[in-house]
Amino acid sequence: MHNSPNMEGGILTKITAHDLAKKQKEISVAEFFERNKHILGFGNQTRALITSIKEGVDNALDACEEANILPEIFVSIKNNEDSECKLIVEDNGPGIIKKQIPHIFGRLLYGSRFHAIRQSRGQQGIGISAVVLYGQLTTGKHARIISKVDEDRPAMVTELVIDTNKNRAEVIGKDTQHWDKPTGTRVEISIIADYKRGKKYVYDYIQSTSIVNPHARIIYKEHDGTEHIFERTTDTLPRTSIEIKPHPYGVELGTLIKMAKHTKARQLNSFLKTEFSSMGDRTTNAVLDKAKLEKNLNPKQITREQFLALHSAFKKVKIMSPSTDCLSPIGETLIKRSLKHETQEISPEFIITSSRPSSVYSGNPFQIEVGLVYGGNLPKESQVKILRFANRVPLLYQQGGCVITSAISSIDWRRYGLDQPSGKGIPSGPAIFLTHISSTLIPFTSESKEAVADIDEIENEIKLAFRECARKVQQHINKKVRRTKTREKFDLITRILPEIAKKSSNMLNKPVPTLDPIITKIMDVVWIEDLIEYEKIKREPIQTTLIEDSSEEKSGGYITKSKILIVNYKQKTQKFNLYAIIPEDAIVGEVTPKPSKITHNYIKWNLGNIDPANKIDITFELAGLEKDDLDENDLYVENINPSFVIGADKWEGD
Amino acid sequence: MAKKDYSNVISKIDEIAKKIYDDFENTEIPFLTLPTRTKSNIEFDEKLSVWKYGKNTTSRTANNLDGAYMLLRTMYMAEFIKEMIKINKSSTLREMYYISEGWDLAKFHSQQESNLLAEDLEVITSCMREDFKLRPEEDGARVIGNVVIEEMTRNKTKKKIHCQDDVGDAGYSIPYNVEPEKITIKGVDADFIIAIETGGMFDRLVENGFDKSNRAVLVHLKGQPARSTRRFIKRLNEKTNLPVLIFTDCDPWSFRIFASVAFGAIKTAHISEYLATPSSQYLGVTPSDIENYDLPTDKLSKEDINALKSELSDPRFQDSFWKGEIKLQLKIGKKSEQQALAKYGLDYVTDTYLPEKLTEMGILKK
Repeated sequence: MHNSPNMEGGILTKITAHDLAKKQKEISVAEFFERNKHILGFGNQTRALITSIKEGVDNALDACEEANILPEIFVSIKNNEDSECKLIVEDNGPGIIKKQIPHIFGRLLYGSRFHAIRQSRGQQGIGISAVVLYGQLTTGKHARIISKVDEDRPAMVTELVIDTNKNRAEVIGKDTQHWDKPTGTRVEISIIADYKRGKKYVYDYIQSTSIVNPHARIIYKEHDGTEHIFERTTDTLPRTSIEIKPHPYGVELGTLIKMAKHTKARQLNSFLKTEFSSMGDRTTNAVLDKAKLEKNLNPKQITREQFLALHSAFKKVKIMSPSTDCLSPIGETLIKRSLKHETQEISPEFIITSSRPSSVYSGNPFQIEVGLVYGGNLPKESQVKILRFANRVPLLYQQGGCVITSAISSIDWRRYGLDQPSGKGIPSGPAIFLTHISSTLIPFTSESKEAVADIDEIENEIKLAFRECARKVQQHINKKVRRTKTREKFDLITRILPEIAKKSSNMLNKPVPTLDPIITKIMDVVWIEDLIEYEKIKREPIQTTLIEDSSEEKSGGYITKSKILIVNYKQKTQKFNLYAIIPEDAIVGEVTPKPSKITHNYIKWNLGNIDPANKIDITFELAGLEKDDLDENDLYVENINPSFVIGADKWEGD
Repeated sequence: MAKKDYSNVISKIDEIAKKIYDDFENTEIPFLTLPTRTKSNIEFDEKLSVWKYGKNTTSRTANNLDGAYMLLRTMYMAEFIKEMIKINKSSTLREMYYISEGWDLAKFHSQQESNLLAEDLEVITSCMREDFKLRPEEDGARVIGNVVIEEMTRNKTKKKIHCQDDVGDAGYSIPYNVEPEKITIKGVDADFIIAIETGGMFDRLVENGFDKSNRAVLVHLKGQPARSTRRFIKRLNEKTNLPVLIFTDCDPWSFRIFASVAFGAIKTAHISEYLATPSSQYLGVTPSDIENYDLPTDKLSKEDINALKSELSDPRFQDSFWKGEIKLQLKIGKKSEQQALAKYGLDYVTDTYLPEKLTEMGILKK
């Protein structure tokens, strides 16, 4: 089914738009909308433009993903006279069946089941119907929806308005038409908006969306016809997020009451076991003990006092964390690839990413991923650019009030080479910081859903992720400095030393002396050099996309070929272990010489008895990566003094 | 003036090549050692009465990039010098710098670098630049006085020159080579030698006939004097034992001009015994003169002050005269020029200042 533009997640916050809507039942939705438009993202004409585009694009992406279709999204804005904008958002999703169209586009705050808990974009916004309403209120024009659900049948064209008294769609016209697309949805809505000031933000929003949705191809056509194409950088759809039941730690009293009302369970203990996650027999009994409630109570007849006792009992019992595999993070490789793709013009010095294991706050699983782009043409003097994302949706407003910003500000960036007066606040320097929070419930500070609330667990995880990132940056720089120094030496050995030897022997009319022993003496290191090549392959890449329709452009991926050269420039025979880290998503192909161990994240070789001035060549192939995903291998050594080694760090264990 | 024998020079240069070659053969990282050429490493040589390099050494080793480049350049330059000796040519330091353009990896980045390396080679081999067939860009300065020189001209004929009668008002020009194969001092009839920093003051003394009226040999130093000027003064002094008086501006840079004539320069301390005239005396203008003669002054610049302070720790300026004068100048914070004496008229320097100073120093009798 097409996703519903409801407020699934929002239901759990203290005062939800739902509640607001309920309180206002007697008044028209139009009045409700008018009173609350600032918190719904339509506060001014610039924001209205961005919110509208955002609702459209979020909907389109969700639709495609739920149908396992690689999203191909077209966005266009036509700015007519009198600041009226015609917005078009088109997707190649599954389409929407006729019956559903009036519900999705014609009813404000229409939702399906209220307690489905999963990571989704849906919880981010008010819904596409709000855009229809806004358009209708500001321009008086109705919305036009074209939808095609079956390749062999024509597309359905629906024109509708919202009956603001009944909060129901009023279908103005129905028609069918031919559409080249096999399936898809196209929404056309006219709104009053400030196109001149808003268009830059629309671009930023779409670019940001493209970064965290590397599987989507988005075309954005401006009023003057300028087309921006954001190509996809992966053909792999994100892992489908799994619906989970609410965790007792995270459930609000009101939700608990509603759940009890709707449950099919006849007894309190089976209600707790079936409707919540992490509730086994033992935990359920412990909770009931603490709440002093009978296990055979009928959930539908529980009093308010009993609910209160139950709700506070949840907090008093140790309950296992919910499983976190319901989340769908982007993944380090894809974040890196997207950032690389989008920052091509900046030609940054490096892009480093870091991803935390998933964690839990008040019963809600969440996971933090961060990325850091550094150098290139980025401005050196101004504050770093902070890109914030929640469940793959860019957060564009209220940067100052967001936990992401406060986490970044609380790290002392001066030791990592960025300017930051007094070691607090947003640092300055040529960098972009990206943070992505995935969660079944993003704790927004308010209904406008532009900033994430200050939750200790989340702040901590963001800090840990950035610290790890900064450490990697430091490592990267140190490695580079050492390598440059040694390369100079190498230069000397291969170019200058033979010249000195030749000149001296010429002047004395003697044969040129052998240099090998001197070279070894001067270098006095084990030199590890690493070269990565990409070979285009005709055959299907080993890890293919989730969906079967592999069009021509997708066939043939790349094999990443790494060549590692090890030269012993020490005066003694060397024996040590070498580890090469395999990036996530990569699959190991041919490896020579024979490794002693291959795990899911590294290859290990026991290298024995390399005599002075001798070399070893190591090669290995990786499949499943795109061209340029890997700039250099992460190499580590063991059983050798790491200060003897250039090009690899100390192995710290698995 | 026999043709010079270069076999010693060639064997000295070959020794460098041999040192490097042997290092390769013995699997040692090639290196050359030479005295450290800085202020902190000059010592007074009691026997020669000049300042020479001390015991501190620097080594140029192929173990690092800079050292390796230096060794390669040394080899190129050594080979180039051997070649020049073979084909009987010489080149200026500047020409050599341009020739190094063709030395590929070994090419110099500035003439400063090539000049310094030429000096290094002198230090390592104990030869003189002239032995390497290298000459400076600039020639020596001018001389006027009752001196007769015999010079070997480029036509290979000897020519006698009287440095008053045979020259114009510009004087005799000192060639870059003042060694016996080039010039001989035939006769001197004078009471003292006065070496003058600026051309303007030199010309003033010439115009006022100071050389004749006071039986003086006037030598123009032209700022920091070229090697040949210093060598010429040294030879004149050795030949005649006439006192040498240095007359310069009153600032720290001029004091260094005196030091290089009298004690030897830090850069050329390896050949101080050839260049320095230890009996030279500083005539003025001294900081005390500024006060005594109430001369027009300029304020000391930051660089001046640093230079003066650096001189306080320079081993060549440790006697009580210099310490006193330098401290005085730092105290008054002023400097002055020789030509500031014109404040009292054009003849003041020759009629009053110099006679007074020379009498005070015991050169002129009352």
